Amino acid sequence: MRVTLRIKRFNPERDEKQHWEEHEVDVEPNDQLLDALNKVKWYDDGSLTYRRSCAHGVCGSDAMVVNGRNRLACKVLMKDLGKKVTVEPIRGLPVIKDMVVDMEPFFARYRAVKPYLINDNEPPADRERLQSIEDRERFDDTTKCILCACCTTSCPSFWANGEYVGPAAIVQAHRFIFDSRDMAVHERLEIMNDTMGVWRCRTVFNCVECCPREIDITRAIGEVKKAILNGGVGG
Amino acid sequence: MSAISRLKYGSPNRFEAFSWYFMRVSGAVLLLVAVLHLLIMHVWYGVDAIDYRFVVGRWASPLVQVYDLALLLFAITHGVNGTRWVIDDYIHSRGWNLTLKAALYVLTVIFILMGATVIFTFDPDTSTTALNTVAAVFAR
Repeated sequence: MRVTLRIKRFNPERDEKQHWEEHEVDVEPNDQLLDALNKVKWYDDGSLTYRRSCAHGVCGSDAMVVNGRNRLACKVLMKDLGKKVTVEPIRGLPVIKDMVVDMEPFFARYRAVKPYLINDNEPPADRERLQSIEDRERFDDTTKCILCACCTTSCPSFWANGEYVGPAAIVQAHRFIFDSRDMAVHERLEIMNDTMGVWRCRTVFNCVECCPREIDITRAIGEVKKAILNGGVGG
Repeated sequence: MSAISRLKYGSPNRFEAFSWYFMRVSGAVLLLVAVLHLLIMHVWYGVDAIDYRFVVGRWASPLVQVYDLALLLFAITHGVNGTRWVIDDYIHSRGWNLTLKAALYVLTVIFILMGATVIFTFDPDTSTTALNTVAAVFAR
């Protein structure tokens, strides 16, 4: 099938602002959007720039706005997109070139929530820190995050105020707050308890709709809010 | 490390947590109180029955006064807190942010005082005189 890709382009060496360009490509219905973009780049216009790595929805490199929704180009099939497909860079982060945005503000927020296990106790000498199946299940959903930034860059609160820590960072905080092995629950809850922290979430649900890992993000954010209110994660 | 890498979040202040919880509680209360008000006034009595005499009779009851005060307080504080959130979301200049919020709080106090004054000091005799004066102006 023949489709038209309407791509928002920006070359900092040439352009003053973003503009739309159209490319027609032949694709198979089961091709990924990433395949179609590769066809444009390899055979039509080598200057087209986007991030991609694993091409199987795991690395989270190729998040972009596809037909108005945040998607991973490698997780969406051409047959589901229609004959005319619009492709834009994700919103709320500075565009460097075409689909490539500066991810540093996103990762700075990620680092701010201390996304690593904090436990000063000596681990058992002969084995890892064990955890019951139920305790592991408690935060299973939020372990699925691949940091593609689809959620944070679809969030109107983040667009309106770039200081907001954003849904992805809260998901990461949730992953450790509800981990029975982590000893820094109160430290993390205090980080989240900021005007620009978890309270900036207005439960718009854009994050849930676009998460390629289908994480129930707004529920996770709600659980963190409740934990702050209750002064801990409880039993 | 760039400046942005040292982003810091966190506050021991529980005001925002309280504000979030309050919105949920006041929202639920408002739903109940406002819907009940609607049912009583517009279904139970019906709009045809509502006139000046009806309102005068209604406000003579302390129960209605307390009910209307609850409606006033919850509606205003819920709305004002939501507006505060909107201002914090969209007004990034510190000066404008503080100015707008200060104006919002002043208006809040004025509206609560005005509403409460009407509810508790409503005097049918004075009001009748005032009503007649207004009616006379329009009758000219």
